[in-house]
Amino acid sequence: MAAEQKFTPQTWPESPEQATLEGKNKFLGFWFFLGGETVLFASLFATYLALKDSVPSDTHAKAADLFELPLVFLMTMLLLTSSLTSVFAMYHMKNYNFKKMQQWLFITVVLGLAFLGCEIYEFNHYYHEYEHKFTSSAFGSAFYTLVGFHGGHVVFGLSWIIALMIRNAKRGLNLYNAPKFYLASLYWHFIDVVWVFIFTVVYLMGMVG
Amino acid sequence: MSTIAHTQKKGFAGTVWEYLTTVDHKKIAILYLLAGGFFFIVGGIEAMMIRIQLAVPNNDFVSAGLFNEIITMHGTTMIFLAAMPLLFAFMNAVMPLQIGARDVAFPFINALGFWLFFFGGLFLNLSWFLGGAPDAGWTSYASLSLASEGHGIDFYALGLQISGFGTLMGGINFLVTIINMRAPGMTYMRMPLFTWTTFVASALILFAFPPLTVGLFMLIFDRMFGSGFFDVSMGGNTIIWEHFFWIFGHPEVYILVLPAFGIFSEIFPTFARKRLFGYSSMVFATVLIGFLGFMVWAHHMFTTGLGPIANAIFAVATMAIAVPTGIKIFNWILTIWGGSIEFTVPMLYAVAFIPSFVMGGVTGVMQAAAPADYQFHDSYFIVAHFHYVIVGGIVLGLLGGAHFYWPLMFGTMLSEKLGKITFVLFLVGFHLTFFIQHFLGLMGMPRRVWTFLEGQGLETGNLISSIGAAFMALGIIVLLVNVVITQKNNVQVGRDPWKDGRTLEWALPSPTPYYNFKQLPLVRGLDAFWIEKLEGKTEMTPAEPIGDIHMPNNSFMPFVISLGLFIAAFGAMYHADEGKGWAIPVLIIGMLITFGAMLYRSIKDDHGYHIHKEELLDDAGKGGTH
Repeated sequence: MAAEQKFTPQTWPESPEQATLEGKNKFLGFWFFLGGETVLFASLFATYLALKDSVPSDTHAKAADLFELPLVFLMTMLLLTSSLTSVFAMYHMKNYNFKKMQQWLFITVVLGLAFLGCEIYEFNHYYHEYEHKFTSSAFGSAFYTLVGFHGGHVVFGLSWIIALMIRNAKRGLNLYNAPKFYLASLYWHFIDVVWVFIFTVVYLMGMVG
Repeated sequence: MSTIAHTQKKGFAGTVWEYLTTVDHKKIAILYLLAGGFFFIVGGIEAMMIRIQLAVPNNDFVSAGLFNEIITMHGTTMIFLAAMPLLFAFMNAVMPLQIGARDVAFPFINALGFWLFFFGGLFLNLSWFLGGAPDAGWTSYASLSLASEGHGIDFYALGLQISGFGTLMGGINFLVTIINMRAPGMTYMRMPLFTWTTFVASALILFAFPPLTVGLFMLIFDRMFGSGFFDVSMGGNTIIWEHFFWIFGHPEVYILVLPAFGIFSEIFPTFARKRLFGYSSMVFATVLIGFLGFMVWAHHMFTTGLGPIANAIFAVATMAIAVPTGIKIFNWILTIWGGSIEFTVPMLYAVAFIPSFVMGGVTGVMQAAAPADYQFHDSYFIVAHFHYVIVGGIVLGLLGGAHFYWPLMFGTMLSEKLGKITFVLFLVGFHLTFFIQHFLGLMGMPRRVWTFLEGQGLETGNLISSIGAAFMALGIIVLLVNVVITQKNNVQVGRDPWKDGRTLEWALPSPTPYYNFKQLPLVRGLDAFWIEKLEGKTEMTPAEPIGDIHMPNNSFMPFVISLGLFIAAFGAMYHADEGKGWAIPVLIIGMLITFGAMLYRSIKDDHGYHIHKEELLDDAGKGGTH
């Protein structure tokens, strides 16, 4: 079977993720999926902007009271760096260097987990310090839904990458799993792009006014 | 790997298992047809109950509360659970064959899409037996739906969420199939119109369903998890739901009607025996309608109070859609013009479609004028308009398509005689039911009312409307009889049963082999099969020598993934109720089943299998009997 063929760095194709028809289909299908995801997040952003600071009474915390730059800056750096490390992983994937790809994916996962830890701390902080809850105001609902959907994507992306790393740890790269690694990294980039918008629209614009 | 070992199982249980696990687009098409047909009948029974209740003034056939549930479920069922899957049935059955593909791009996801739709629809309809159906109208405006007691709206939100995931996957699948899987020579501008409309409708699905997903999530969160998106007392805004619903809902109209246009664009050239007039302008009009479909959602909200500027912009955009639609109408007429016309049942539906749909389009432009819409809004005029578009466009397309593609899907031909009886009953009934509703609306009858009073001039119109509905029901009953008789007699009609098939799907042996094309065909122009026929050939010219064919394995996982969400939905719905401590564990178990099955699918390799060249040579072109 073509899918289980063994390769050397010399015979490994230029774009292994698109070397088979299945790979080509997955590549294109996943881009379409990300197009749909973009609309999904656009809808969540629109909702957030419509309901930002919309609270039942003045005792509720608003965006300007809540957000602190150092923490979200750290989170942004963690996630941006993890996107870079996933690029390194794909570079090694394309060069048929399985070991290095796994190493860089591992670093990506560690950075992603660190991001997730910060986010959990952040939510916990808002919840207990500011009584800013999912159920306390429309602002709270919109905030936790937008940022939480992103966080859910991070969880899913991490689980996906970890599952791929463990599943393929012993057998290395082939044309069957190369598209899978590639798509997982594409997903990870998408998560990163969404975060850039969250950082700007939610946090920076939240602190400015 | 054994090639067809798993197809050797015989008997009823074997057949059921085959369909539960199938990833073959032709079988998934049959599943969509059966499930969509079932929900069509359920929605039709609901429609009949509405018309019985409204046949005479002050009627008490159903209570006011039950009436609200019936109208809600009628609309929701017909749009999401009947029209969409029936169109998906034809897309699955026909489109891969039309482009010369051996299957869709993602056979597994194709099956997953079906089962998600099925379990979502099942969940929604279980509401009838578990404490009452949703009762806030098919649009489920948040100010109403948040106030609705019981679990009806929860069934609506969760059921549509599950089936919506399935639709989204189907859309992506069709897009990739059409882009990547076309046979040699099948350029974009040689694709049959049905493939084109499937393509554009799939793109609309991709961009229209996520806003619905978000809206439904917010409704689920508001009703079941205590959030405040639409709750004004928490700072929420109820209009957000309206926007998301219609940002989805308006493209949805085109998602439904474009494939119906596609079916008619196949029927007209076949039975006028003449090339489709203005092919490239048809493609252009399809794409343009798809684009404009996203620009007009607020015309459903003219009376919401968005202001005169927003209303004016959306009014003009709405009127603009009449232009590409008009292009299509004239192209169809000019296709028939001068043709050697044969009035088969599909052709009758197609010919009847033109004036019926135009009437719906004209009233649409009337409503696009925002000031006039203040008068039409929420009246029976609106009900008449959208039924003219949906029944006159989509349902006629589905019925015409069912007769047209029946031989392709089942190898048998529906009776022309019974088909004509259905056609006459249905068409007469349709106009009788809905034409008079325009005037009922103009006379002031509001939509969604449970009953009306005597002496207001509404009696005759409503009675006529109800009589018309009975005609439609009779027509559908005759169709069902037709189906049963046809399948019982089981007279196989063979290749190209209409004799004038123009496109690739008719070039295949009947029944279609499970691998579709033994050799991929060489496409030399628009109406590829017709070109071969003109040169006296009966088959397509192959584009490749006979070789091994790669096939996907069947899988039970799509069923399991969907079942998990179905189970989880019960947990989500009941967790806020008192004394239902089991709900949260059920939610978790359901999600574990779904994600566990996804993980299993990810971890376990599935390379499919190969049909070897020798077996194909043995098959001698008789058609597979998978």
